[in-house]
Amino acid sequence: MRVKVNADKCEGHNRCCALAPEVFDVDDYGTATALNDGVVPPELEEKAKLAVQNCPEYAIEFVKD
Amino acid sequence: MGSNPPVDDWATDYDIFDASYVKDPVPVWNELRDKCPIAHTERWGGSWLPTKYEDLQAFVRMVPALSSKNVLVVSQKREEMEFDPVLAEYGNSAPPITSDPPEHVPMRRMLLPLFSPKATEAHRSFTENLCHQLIDGFIDKGACDGALDYAVHIPAKTIAHVIGVDEDRSDEFVGWIRGLLEEGNTDLEKRNKYNRILRRFFGELVDARKLAPRDDLISHLLAQEINGQPVARKAVVGMCNLLLVAGIDTTWSSIGSALWHFAQHPEHRRRLANEPELFPSAIEEMLRVYAPVTMARLVTEEVQVGDVTFQPGDKVLMNFPAANHDPDAFEDADKVILDREKNRHIAFGIGPHRCAGSNLARMEMDVALRVWLERIPEFELSDPDAVTWAGGQVRGPRHLPFRF
Repeated sequence: MRVKVNADKCEGHNRCCALAPEVFDVDDYGTATALNDGVVPPELEEKAKLAVQNCPEYAIEFVKD
Repeated sequence: MGSNPPVDDWATDYDIFDASYVKDPVPVWNELRDKCPIAHTERWGGSWLPTKYEDLQAFVRMVPALSSKNVLVVSQKREEMEFDPVLAEYGNSAPPITSDPPEHVPMRRMLLPLFSPKATEAHRSFTENLCHQLIDGFIDKGACDGALDYAVHIPAKTIAHVIGVDEDRSDEFVGWIRGLLEEGNTDLEKRNKYNRILRRFFGELVDARKLAPRDDLISHLLAQEINGQPVARKAVVGMCNLLLVAGIDTTWSSIGSALWHFAQHPEHRRRLANEPELFPSAIEEMLRVYAPVTMARLVTEEVQVGDVTFQPGDKVLMNFPAANHDPDAFEDADKVILDREKNRHIAFGIGPHRCAGSNLARMEMDVALRVWLERIPEFELSDPDAVTWAGGQVRGPRHLPFRF
């Protein structure tokens, strides 16, 4: 599984980082990035899914490899 | 507030300060969502009240057609403010919440790094110690007022600590911001009085730091530049004012609402105690269900949302709390589900004006609830009828008699 953050849509709610800190990081201005090139190890898939489904800006999506 | 005529038709004559709405607005939102879904009133200077999640998502992006210059429901007369010597000296804006483009982004970018997740985590131990101290003060009594003995002090002292002002004066700060926003929302004389007190307090502090900088937030802001120019003194006064005002009753309300909920739902508090890994999603759920804040926008050019055309001069209330209960956006919207999976709530607003202090608020809620549930796992309302709520633009409990 891979995730991608659309930086144009991200407004810095930081919910992804609060719910799945192992998968997402945010910079000083709140803009999120996916760690590890977006590759999500199986044990973190549930958390990554939660982050995607909690983003009020619809800024995170799953991508196909 | 109490003298307002009762509301017969919420769709055409709503009153966000109505006692029944302040106590429980959810039934009104549900009725309006089916009926309008954007209500209108002539009360308090006139405004519009959207209730659908997708409409809120649309409104927040209409910048600058929807201006943030005036975020309060009840407007002051311009001439009253122009001739006020304190406001003339120290300014009357609160950037970036009252900013529109182009000044909005640089002002906001000055504050955001101070409230990033990493920056706010640095204050966690302060807040943790504070929560323990507060509980030490009343745990042996077996009773307390959860709003006044606990919830209020957490954001008040934490934000004072973050800004670098005297934490021991936090009760005074709470009095100021309640005078400004809680009572002052509908009582303009009171709002003016406390606005002047706040402006003078921060104005004098900013001037003192200008002369003798310290290692604190105010000195840090004064050292910033926008387009190569030092940031204006009045802008720094306005920002400090905003941090204190926006940092207290909002989070006080959220912590209080969550405690009110857990006092009445033993199944939820016990589940959280047994499954602490649910804390992050449980906090988001508390924020969704009990979102405290409704900000206003001023229409500056004609816009259309749904069937309604909004004219310049109209006010639209960013009813984020109602959007969070929209069944089209949330399954079982009125139900509290601690491990809710799909939860794109907008308690902190959304779009360019998303709450800049959201990470601090979330940290404070997390600490406040963890420490409380660890030390006082079993508690209940001793007198449910004695619970009181503040409402209008910031909704939360102001008296929570608990026994344990």
